[in-house]
Amino acid sequence: MPEPVLEIQGLRKTYKGHLSLTSREVIKGLDLRIEPGEVFGLLGQNGAGKTTTIKMILALIFPDAGTIRIFGADHLGVTLRARIGFLPENPYFYEYLTGREFLRFYGQLFGYGRAERNRRAADVLARVGMSTRADLPLRKYSKGMLQRIGMAQALINDPDFVILDEPMSGLDPIGRREFRDLILDLKAHGKTVFFSSHILSDAEAICDRVGILKDGRVALAGRLSDLLSPAVASWEVTISGPAFASLPLNGFSGSLISVRGTESLVRVDAEADLQRLLDVVRSSGGRLISVTARRDTLEDLYVREVAAR
Amino acid sequence: MKTLAIATNTFREAIRDRILYLILVFAILMIGSSRILSLLTVGAEEKIVKDIGLASISLFGVATAIFVGVGLVFKEIEKRTVYTLVSKPISRSQFILGKYLGLVLVLAVNVAVMTAFFFGVLLAKGWMDLAIGRAIFLIFIELMLVTAIAILFSSFSTPILSSLFTVTFYVIGHLSWGLLLLADKLEGEFGRMVCRVLYRLLPNLDAMNVKGAVVHGIEVPLAQVCAASVYGLSYTAIVLGLAALVFRRRDFL
Repeated sequence: MPEPVLEIQGLRKTYKGHLSLTSREVIKGLDLRIEPGEVFGLLGQNGAGKTTTIKMILALIFPDAGTIRIFGADHLGVTLRARIGFLPENPYFYEYLTGREFLRFYGQLFGYGRAERNRRAADVLARVGMSTRADLPLRKYSKGMLQRIGMAQALINDPDFVILDEPMSGLDPIGRREFRDLILDLKAHGKTVFFSSHILSDAEAICDRVGILKDGRVALAGRLSDLLSPAVASWEVTISGPAFASLPLNGFSGSLISVRGTESLVRVDAEADLQRLLDVVRSSGGRLISVTARRDTLEDLYVREVAAR
Repeated sequence: MKTLAIATNTFREAIRDRILYLILVFAILMIGSSRILSLLTVGAEEKIVKDIGLASISLFGVATAIFVGVGLVFKEIEKRTVYTLVSKPISRSQFILGKYLGLVLVLAVNVAVMTAFFFGVLLAKGWMDLAIGRAIFLIFIELMLVTAIAILFSSFSTPILSSLFTVTFYVIGHLSWGLLLLADKLEGEFGRMVCRVLYRLLPNLDAMNVKGAVVHGIEVPLAQVCAASVYGLSYTAIVLGLAALVFRRRDFL
C-alpha cells in the first residue's frame, strides 16, 4: 500500500472564548486518510468544522490532540509546504498589488529566481484564464476573479497536494465548470486534491472519494461508487389527464410531488406500484408524459447522514 | 531571501498608504516653521531650529513606527492574507522578521527625507555640524526599537491596545532613569531591588537621546554613540525574538 498523502488520527480542537469562560469542541476525534492521486471531497454543513480541519492541516491553527502527517512527515515542517498548494475560503489578497505582482511575490516565498517567478506567474495566470487581466490591481477584481487568482497562487509551485477550501463558492456556472476541469486536470497529472464543499453536485462530479463531516468526526467516508447504490431507488412519473387524487389507486405506495395544470408529478418507490399506476392512468383515459428512474445521489446520502441523529 | 520578499511587500504596502505621506508632510511643515518660531527668540535662533528639527524627526518617526507598526501584523490576520502566506514554505519567524524589516525600511526612507529637508534648512543658515548626524542616527536606532515593541504587541493584541501599550512603553522608556533616583530615595532593600530590576528590564530609550546635548553644543563622543547603538540593537533583537515566540503558536482564527 503506498504511503498516504495525508493521514490524520484522533484530531481534536476546542475553541475557547475570552478568558476560557466559554468553549466549544469543534473537532472531536477526526480520522482521515487520503491516498496519492485521488480527489477527496470533505462535505459537511456550515460550521461542521471543514475549515477548522483544513486550517489544522496547514498549521494555521494547532490541534489540542491528535496527529497530522503529510507525505509521511509531521505537518509542522516548513519545507513540506513547498509541495502543497492552498486556496482558502473567500480569499482576500493584497489589494494594492496587481495579479501578476502578487503571483511574483508568492513565487519569491518559494525561493524562485526572477526568471523562474515570471515564467511560473505567466503560466498559472494562463491556467486560470486570467492572463488578460493580470495587470489590474486586485482591488478591482470581482469575487470570481479573486477566486481564480487564489487558485493561481495555490498552483504556482506546481504542488503535489492541493488543498482547496470551498473552491467553487463565488463562481458563476462557467467558472465552476472551469474549476472542475482544472481539478480533474490536476488529477490527470497525478496530483492529490483535497477540497471542502457543500455544493454536492460539484463533489459528485469530480470526487473519487468523499467524507461527510458531522459532529466533529468523519461520519462516513468512501468511494462514491461504494456509497451510492447503483440500483434504482425510485421513479418519477409525469401523467396528464384526470387528477391524481381521483384515480382508483387503493393501497398505492407512491406520493404526489407537484401539480402543474393538468400534469401531475408522482414519485413511486416500488416497481409493482409503477406498473399499477401506468395501468390505471391508461384505463382512466389519462396520458403518460414521462417516467424517470432515480438512482441514489450524493445528495440523498448526504441528507440521510446529516439528518440522522 | 524569503524574509526580504515579505519586507519588500510590507514596504510596498506602506508607501501606498496615504497616512505615511500625511505624517511626512506634517514633519516637513514643522521643520520649515521652526524658522518662524526662532524669530520669536533673540540670540537662540540656532538652538530653536535644531531643537525643533530633531524633535520633529523623532516624534514623527515614532508616530510612523507605532501607527503603522501596530497594524502590520494585525491586518494580515484580520484580512486573512496570512493564511496563504504562512502556508507557503516560510516560518512564522521569517514572517515577523520580514514585516519588521519592511517597516524599518519605510522608517529609513522617512527619516532620510526629513533629514534631507532639515539639513537644507541648516545649510542655508550655515549652522550645519556633524553632531546633528549622530543625534539622528541614534533617533533611528530608537525607532528600530520602538518598531520592534509595536510588532511584539501587535503579534497578540488589537491595534488600539497595541498602540496604547507601545506609547506607554515609549513614555516609560524615556523616564526609566527616574527608577534609579527612586531606588536611592527608598528606605527598604526590597523596594530598591524592585526599582533596579525594573530599570534593567524596561527599555532605556533615553540612552539614545542626545538631542539636548547636540543642540547645546555639548560633544557626543563616538564611544557613547556606539554603546547606545549596541544597547538599542540588542534590546531590539530580544523584543523581536519574543514576538516570534508569541507568534509561533498563535492560532489564526
